Amino acid sequence: MRVVIVGAGEVGSTIAESLAQSHDVVVIDIDSDRVESLTYSLDVLPIEGDGSDIDTLEEAGVADADMVIASTDDDETNIVACGAANVVSDAFTIARVKSPKYLTAWQRARGAFGVDFMVCSDLLTAEAIVGLAGLPTAQDVDMFADGLVQMTEFEIPAESPVADQTVAEADRFDSLTFAAIIRDDEVVIPRGDTRIEAGDEVVAIGSPESIRAFSSEIAPEERGPEDVVIVGGGEIGYQTARLLEERGFSPRLVEQDEDRARWLAEKLPSTTVLNSDATDQDLLDRENVGMADVIVAALENDQQNLLATLLAKRKGTDRAITVVNTGDFTELFEAVGVDVAVSPRKATAEEITRFTRARRAENVAIIEGDRAEVLELEVDADSVLVDRSIRDVAADIPEGVVIGAITRGDEHITPRGDTIVREGDHVVVFVDTEVLDEVTEKL
Amino acid sequence: MSLVGELRVDWATSLSLVGTVLKALTAPLVGTALVALWYGEPLVPFLATAALTLGAGIALERLDRGDLGLREGFLMVALTWLAIAVVGAVPFLVAGEGSLASPVNALFESTSGITTTGATVVSDFDAHGRSVHLWRSLLQWMGGLGILVIAVAVLSQLSIGGAQLMETESQTQDVNKLTPSIEATARLLGWLYAGLTGLMVATWLAIGAVGLGPEVTLYDAVAHAFTAVSTAGFSPRAESLGAFSPAVQWATIPFMFLGATNFVLLYHLTQGNPSRLGESDEFRFYLAVVLGLTGLTAGFLVASGEFTRIERVIRHSLFQVVSILTTTGYATVDFNGWSPAAKHMLFLAMFSGGMAGSTTCSIKTLRWLVVVKSFRRDLFREIHPDAIRPVRLTGEVVDEDVVRDVYAYVLLSGIIFVLLTVFVVTDAARAGEQVGEFEAMGASAATFLNIGPAFGDAGPYGDYAWFPATTKVAFIVLMWVGRIEIIPVLVLLTPAFWRS
Repeated sequence: MRVVIVGAGEVGSTIAESLAQSHDVVVIDIDSDRVESLTYSLDVLPIEGDGSDIDTLEEAGVADADMVIASTDDDETNIVACGAANVVSDAFTIARVKSPKYLTAWQRARGAFGVDFMVCSDLLTAEAIVGLAGLPTAQDVDMFADGLVQMTEFEIPAESPVADQTVAEADRFDSLTFAAIIRDDEVVIPRGDTRIEAGDEVVAIGSPESIRAFSSEIAPEERGPEDVVIVGGGEIGYQTARLLEERGFSPRLVEQDEDRARWLAEKLPSTTVLNSDATDQDLLDRENVGMADVIVAALENDQQNLLATLLAKRKGTDRAITVVNTGDFTELFEAVGVDVAVSPRKATAEEITRFTRARRAENVAIIEGDRAEVLELEVDADSVLVDRSIRDVAADIPEGVVIGAITRGDEHITPRGDTIVREGDHVVVFVDTEVLDEVTEKL
Repeated sequence: MSLVGELRVDWATSLSLVGTVLKALTAPLVGTALVALWYGEPLVPFLATAALTLGAGIALERLDRGDLGLREGFLMVALTWLAIAVVGAVPFLVAGEGSLASPVNALFESTSGITTTGATVVSDFDAHGRSVHLWRSLLQWMGGLGILVIAVAVLSQLSIGGAQLMETESQTQDVNKLTPSIEATARLLGWLYAGLTGLMVATWLAIGAVGLGPEVTLYDAVAHAFTAVSTAGFSPRAESLGAFSPAVQWATIPFMFLGATNFVLLYHLTQGNPSRLGESDEFRFYLAVVLGLTGLTAGFLVASGEFTRIERVIRHSLFQVVSILTTTGYATVDFNGWSPAAKHMLFLAMFSGGMAGSTTCSIKTLRWLVVVKSFRRDLFREIHPDAIRPVRLTGEVVDEDVVRDVYAYVLLSGIIFVLLTVFVVTDAARAGEQVGEFEAMGASAATFLNIGPAFGDAGPYGDYAWFPATTKVAFIVLMWVGRIEIIPVLVLLTPAFWRS
């Protein structure tokens, strides 16, 4: 597949990196330094120029491309680039936008603006935050099979009753499968006698209810969050509050700019908008932020986000979800006390990569920086799974594969050894990256 | 001349528009003359007035008409009500019957009519012809919504800023435009109003026909429909609705209630969207206030042993509360004899009023709801001083300017009410009359808030004729002020209005 990527920022380079191994990738950027650094770091063809300029696109060979991904930091440029590409080629176009207003228009008429698939960073980030906020200790959440199946990565805290139990002991839920345990960069496929240790990250696949039940099993002292404080009323903060309101929460939102705060207060009927500085200790005391279940830091500036988070944690807030705009800071933030760091750029890159891969699977989730994937596949007549029990199939598929869930119509089936897979079923499988190609061929 | 030269308000335009409205007033006058002809009563009072009005209208209309600006709009609204009040008084004077024969009394009755107040100086109901009583009712019907509709429809035919007028007329009244054209909206509201009136006439006649209200005549049905739907309250009967059977009284309650319901909501109701009523914060509040006050009043009536039968307790308390609260002012019973507690419930109801965007007067539930919500917001801000929390009505954010205006309005109403009460007591003492404090407060509220009956001698079966002439003049002015909602009058009184 020939892929043209417009924009070599964090999003564009991340996508380029993950696609470069198996595709022909051309990257267009207006910045010569970036183009030059790409030349040496990745096996891609970098072109210097304006991606919304049709001449540049033609120079990049867009006419022969199968896919055009516009991922610059500028919404309008991305939309125009897709529109321009659409004029001279049949390539599938993907546009990244920050503002949900474009997404709203695009969702009304898919294909509008010449964009075949649109990814909205801010909305994506807000959705991720809201998904994480609802599940204590969750690090990553993804939905499959139209919401019937949920994949969640949990970190096991030291004081958790699940820590030091075997998988067989911890697995008390009917419709839940332990797909993998990630321990010190290593992917462990769990057996019944595998012991879960504190600090492990457990990948669980199952129905949303069982995932929620398991979440409270891991951290029983934490009820579901009731009191959520959002810091920063930018687009991400606003969307997060809006989505939380939709789920019946009444969050508090701190915004420093008075006009923006007033706008937010008018838009968000169930949110208490506070016009103040979230790093003001008096405010934190006055508003009892220490008593909050979750703090979401969504300011524009990473340093301020970290400061606001650490102050709130110091006051006693249980859980902090922090937006980091520079993806490289993610691990650092998590190391100094942030429970989950969410990078809008990483999330966007992941979503686009997911989408490019999902064209062979129904849906894809990428685990822990490409160490493994969770795929949703529809079982066809050629699959090794058809009309056989999972125990029988086990010999034919490599190590590092776990069938996490099966859906048949609207029904959720928990895969056990004697479960028979039928044609047309959807299976959600956890696959170690090393065996990915072999597995997708067989299933 | 130099003074006029400095004024930036275009009197000619405003007066010319008043002329147009006056011209339109000829029709109802001629209509009343036809009724007089039917009953064999003198035609002169109405035909003479019609001729006078037509002449004055045409003369005024000839003035140079320029663009209707905001100031001209304010001026025109204020002058129109004044002009109609004066014209409306002429038939009473010309007829020269009973207590209406004095100029002050005639003007009082006419103003009370056109402002839909319903306070009367008629002490001798039988002394007046049916046509005179009908003219009282018709004035109220026109005053309810009619004037607005007539003015808007007439003016928009002349393609002059109808929207401007509507805005002035309905300050904080939530008259959402239902159609892109103001003229079409006005016509729609007019039809709704006329339809509701027709429905009430039919209801009364039907009750009469099945024998549940044998005393109902077509005349009664029409005269009362004119004054119930307009929440105005004049009745050709001295005992008001007390002259009719319980069935008629029950049937009248919904019409007063609907007359004080926002007409935009009523419109949605006719379009088969009853859910809009339930969604409206103001409607729920309005309903709650009516039911709450009724419950308390009924409780006090039972406690004082006023009525023994439960149907009577409920009917009389509900009827009186709805009547007073919607600023209609009918009565089914002389509530002067009720216990002080029950009477005070009615006194409280005077300050409520019905919904904005209806024919009602007084403070209106919309304003009280804004006050309640903004007060709740203030309490919330005591706990969360940094919180920004807009006041919302049915989900819509209420502009902070409007919240401030509402407070100003409520405060001003309170001040005017107190000053008027003081004036009534003082003026009565000067004239050697005896007026109790509660009576004075009742009469002040009942006139200024456009309700009608008060307590004591000005009670439901009493009248206002005995007040000193100076007090009646004060009432006339304040009925006018109350109906056009204070602010336009105050605006007219500010020097800034008259400067560039």
